[in-house]
Amino acid sequence: MNTQASHASHGQLVKPTRSNTVFLVLFALGLVAPFAVYPTFLMKALCFGLFASAFNLLLGYVGLLSFGHAAFLGVAGYVCGMMVRDAGVTPELGIVAGTAAAASLGWVFGKLAIRRTGIYFAMITLALAQMVFFLALQMKATGGEDGFQGVPRGHLFGLIDMNNNIAMYYLVFAVFCIGFFVIHRTIHSPFGQILKAIRENEPRAISLGYDVDKFKLIAFVISAALAGMAGATKTLVFQLASLTDVHWHTSGEVVLMTLLGGLATVFGPLAGATVIVTLQNELADKVGSWVTVIMGVIFVLCVLMFRRGIVGELQALVKR
Amino acid sequence: MSDYILETTGLTKEFKGFAAVSDVNLNIRRGDIHALIGPNGAGKTTVFNLLTKFLPPTRGCILFQGQDITHEAPAATARRGLVRSFQISATFPHLTVLENVRIGLQRKLGTEFHFWKPERTLDVLNSRAMELLADVDLTQFAGTITSEMPYGRKRALEIATTLALDPAMMLLDEPTQGMGQEDIARVVDLIRKVSANRTIVMVEHNLSVVANLCDRITVLQRGSVLAEGTYDEVSKNPQVLEAYVGSNDMNDAHH
Ligand SMILES: Nc1ncnc2c1ncn2[C@@H]1O[C@H](COP(=O)(O)OP(=O)(O)OP(=O)(O)O)[C@@H](O)[C@H]1O
Ligand SMILES: [Mg+2]
Repeated sequence: MNTQASHASHGQLVKPTRSNTVFLVLFALGLVAPFAVYPTFLMKALCFGLFASAFNLLLGYVGLLSFGHAAFLGVAGYVCGMMVRDAGVTPELGIVAGTAAAASLGWVFGKLAIRRTGIYFAMITLALAQMVFFLALQMKATGGEDGFQGVPRGHLFGLIDMNNNIAMYYLVFAVFCIGFFVIHRTIHSPFGQILKAIRENEPRAISLGYDVDKFKLIAFVISAALAGMAGATKTLVFQLASLTDVHWHTSGEVVLMTLLGGLATVFGPLAGATVIVTLQNELADKVGSWVTVIMGVIFVLCVLMFRRGIVGELQALVKR
Repeated sequence: MSDYILETTGLTKEFKGFAAVSDVNLNIRRGDIHALIGPNGAGKTTVFNLLTKFLPPTRGCILFQGQDITHEAPAATARRGLVRSFQISATFPHLTVLENVRIGLQRKLGTEFHFWKPERTLDVLNSRAMELLADVDLTQFAGTITSEMPYGRKRALEIATTLALDPAMMLLDEPTQGMGQEDIARVVDLIRKVSANRTIVMVEHNLSVVANLCDRITVLQRGSVLAEGTYDEVSKNPQVLEAYVGSNDMNDAHH
């Protein structure tokens, strides 16, 4: 009987080994990247990559489409900015504070939205995020349309000067890796196993005694917290938290990044975020606001022709 | 302790004025295999949905093990040991057969919310899961992706997953539906085997299965209880014979 059991898990043993290699290669690339590519571009891609990965945890692995994730990115950015600029804490504490704020906000959003599914869930998250946008626009503390400016990067642990772009890059890279690890672990945990069961057959999961709303709420809070971690880090990189981050455009962009890169794939959101950030950087001064149109076209093409997204299509190729 | 593990009084469910279940008083004896039969649309599945709290009743109350569970959440009722299966086979299609059973076992481990632990902490459940699979003859399918199994095997897996909770009471909705003779015989043996130390209520159209498996029978018609008793009592009841129109042989009734 034991041979049967080990036989059963054999199929799963092969896959992680292959993706472990991919992990190591990407990790090594991440370490040397700032010597080959503009660190600022890399930091932006990593922040949005983490943001999209957090979003993917919810859409790809729980099946919940949140249309309000910009609120978590943005609020964490403001909180981190205030803590670092006005309360004078070190950058890592700023990130922690931003993450905690996003997690709390995620809990509130989740409590209000989680009982609804599909379009209703999306609409409630959108409505709540719009309220956050309104507050950010009106409040003096956020700097309104000017944004929250002049956030110093400070010294990491009070020791390392973050104004050095390479040092800052490694902080961002570390944050990304932590966030990425949390997501990976969550998916491959006892908790993640129940999430999978809920996604596959919710009534059956209930009939086995699982309070599915609780599982969804926890997943939502984790996703919000990590989106916030990305937002707080981004504020340090650009020394600015702005209304763009809480705008619904950003909530839409993260959907685009995730679908483009590959829903429910490990590296898809990072790939999607990198492509979008590259396009924004390359095209912004050449075509102006046509960027939006181009991204719209890409989105439509992606949905019509590459349903699985970049990484999803690649995986399908490798399997064949 | 009462002889009855489950009692309902005046259980009623109305859908927009239409009473799918009306004024049903059920008394299920501890340890019995109890059949719930009746023509299509009689309200059998709706009764199951009410008992397991998947639907709130319009009126009436439900006592399980002497406790009022009428207003409980469905997952909480399941945790009490009142666990259902579904009319349409309910598995987790993209998980392996072994993983399916493990989902049932996992709650006992108390780590279902632990998102920081690796998946291999669940491996301690494998040997118990394999035992359960052996009970339903699925040992050689342990590593198979569930959706790739034949229908009859999926139903067996469903029972194994339910048994993982070791429920005091199991509700089976047409466990032999859509099966060939051979599969039916296997499921009947299985149900008899697992009925030791627990109560089973099953919806079943195949009356030969009912006749040789069940201690008591409740006949439902248009939402109301038409008759209740042993197979012999019920099958002689003129009203029941009437309900199964044009046939003195209840074995043909479900067609
Ligand atoms: N959610 C619902 N909304 C409205 N009507 C419903 C609902 N669920 C069931 N019904 C109706 O209630 C009646 C009883 O349905 P139920 O599924 O309980 O019957 P059943 O005895 O299980 O039948 P079958 O043998 O076909 O499985 C049917 O007329 C059905 O159309
Ligand atoms: Mg039914």
